[in-house]
Amino acid sequence: MFYYIVRRLLSVVVMLFLITGTTYLLFFAGPEDPARYTCARNCTPAILEGNRKALGYDQPVYVQYGKFISGLFVGRDFPDNAQLRADHPEQVVHCPAPCLGYSPTQNRTINTIVASAWPVSISIAIGAFAIWMILGVGGGVIAALNRGRWPDRIIVGSALIGFSLPTFFIGLVLLTFPAIKWGWLPIPHYVSFFENPFDWAHNLVLPWLTLACIFAASYVRLTRAYMIETMSEDYIRTAQAKGQTRWRIILRHGLRAALTPIVTAAGLDLGGLLGGAIITESVFSMHGLGWTAVNSVTVMDLPVIVSMVLIVSTFIVIANMLVDIAYGFIDPRVKLVG
Amino acid sequence: MSETTLEEARDGAVAIVGRTPWQITRSRLRRDHVTLVAMGFAVFFVLLAAMAPLLTAWKALDPYTSHTNLVGGLGSLPLGFWGGVSGQHWMGVEPGTGRDLFSRVVNGLTVSLLVAVCAALLSVTLGTVIGLISGTAGGKIDWLFSRVIDFVLSFPQTLMLIALSTIVIDILKAALHVERTPASMVFMILVMGFFGWPSFARIIRGQVLSLKEREFVEAARSLGAGRWRIYFKELLPHLWAPILVYSTLIMPQNIATEAALGFLGVGIQAPTPSFGSILNDSVHYANADPAYFIFPGVTLFLVVLSFNLVGDGFRDALDPKADRQ
Repeated sequence: MFYYIVRRLLSVVVMLFLITGTTYLLFFAGPEDPARYTCARNCTPAILEGNRKALGYDQPVYVQYGKFISGLFVGRDFPDNAQLRADHPEQVVHCPAPCLGYSPTQNRTINTIVASAWPVSISIAIGAFAIWMILGVGGGVIAALNRGRWPDRIIVGSALIGFSLPTFFIGLVLLTFPAIKWGWLPIPHYVSFFENPFDWAHNLVLPWLTLACIFAASYVRLTRAYMIETMSEDYIRTAQAKGQTRWRIILRHGLRAALTPIVTAAGLDLGGLLGGAIITESVFSMHGLGWTAVNSVTVMDLPVIVSMVLIVSTFIVIANMLVDIAYGFIDPRVKLVG
Repeated sequence: MSETTLEEARDGAVAIVGRTPWQITRSRLRRDHVTLVAMGFAVFFVLLAAMAPLLTAWKALDPYTSHTNLVGGLGSLPLGFWGGVSGQHWMGVEPGTGRDLFSRVVNGLTVSLLVAVCAALLSVTLGTVIGLISGTAGGKIDWLFSRVIDFVLSFPQTLMLIALSTIVIDILKAALHVERTPASMVFMILVMGFFGWPSFARIIRGQVLSLKEREFVEAARSLGAGRWRIYFKELLPHLWAPILVYSTLIMPQNIATEAALGFLGVGIQAPTPSFGSILNDSVHYANADPAYFIFPGVTLFLVVLSFNLVGDGFRDALDPKADRQ
């Protein structure tokens, strides 16, 4: 078990290294001049040259990549110039480890951008996760237990509809009608949970529902399929023969076994969403990581784009690892061998 | 219900007839009315998309002529009920220009389906070939391909599509000497196709791993069949079921992704109609003229739903473990 975890951790490190390398190459070794996007209107060749120096774009890509990696561990200065730092400390921006870089369009370090965007993304992800797990797993269990009868048909039918509704379309409908036209709910804007938990939830209801819809639908299908499979196992019949109550059989024997693959899928989905729900955040203009990514693409802020890809990939890779390890704990049949 | 029960067979009332898997699938599909209706819709949408350029040439559809007499007031909103629905304009007209929305949606369907089909073909071809090679070869090749699959799957697909659009579309424009619209179509096909293959390669690899132990592969090998013959003549015909199911299920995903990217403003853009570009434009009028996003949105939903239903139906009908009831 211990060796397995160590090995898995090592492979995560290798994977992250490869991902950062590929992303960096893709965006900084292309034919585009990354400095071109660093100054918008009042651009002169001198400013452009200055920016190129300050952000390190004048150096070869591998040097830039090396600085990026070392910045992750020890932090960086922009511009990286010890002389300037000694003479004019106010002209140098220090970015502490783990430094993701500096955004030339927003004129601040990416760490500060992430720090302000992340709470928004986490809030959206966690609320939506709770809604889709309750609806999805609950609906799936009810459908499986009533297989072929009308509750099953209604649940499976609505799951198919929910699964086929594009997220941005649900978002647009929810934003236009209940929020703007009918005024039932506020037009979402982010309020910190620690400031006012009620406002926080009240504002996030629409983004939660939007994001939860497609996931709830796919979890209904997943749970139903696994539940039908486990409920036809022999040990369920044994439990019935022992005279156990119906609910105990459903919860302790049926759902317990069906839960393993569901937890796996849930871990991976939540991991992906912690890096931002791109479409939901864009529809409601919630300034989370997903919105930041789309926005940085429109203004061609390459360092931010690269950082966003890295953040989300990191979440995916780590979620993958945690799920694999969790398997060993949830399912006693799985043995993790190093 | 048409399957013979033991009792009937013993009575000799009905003789046991051997049926090929294809016959079983067909008889199952024939009893699955939902799938049949969905298939009807899917075929209708595909035909409509294929006919759209012809209909436009014959002036039955007119996605580009402005009807300024049909829009008016502040913001040039469509006059009349629900975005100006009328016998002439079934989905009303576009705000601002007064162009016929139905014509634009149907033409958009052509573009969206074309992109989705090409991307699906790319994913399925890559996935099949790599899955076949990986599963049959085993050893180091299998290890390498499996790691590559893990690697590609670690990238966030939507985010990569958005991020790559910044550089790849410009590169394609320069390399192919084309305008932005064809370049972004090629971009969508290449990148959606590229991110679609790994999960399918895994499915095919799994199938191949169990298939390659079967006697007919052994027989072919002992008769001196080469590697490529085993891949494509012996194994491939056994894989058409997952290929068919995956192709139908990846289509709606691709259509939805194209629409989502267009909505975010990074995919195919106006004036070329596609679900994405129409919906991206309609966001600006979401409050003033909701019909402008509801009609294309609902059409998109119906297209995605019908393809999803067909894919589900195929999967159930082709599943050898499914209930024989």
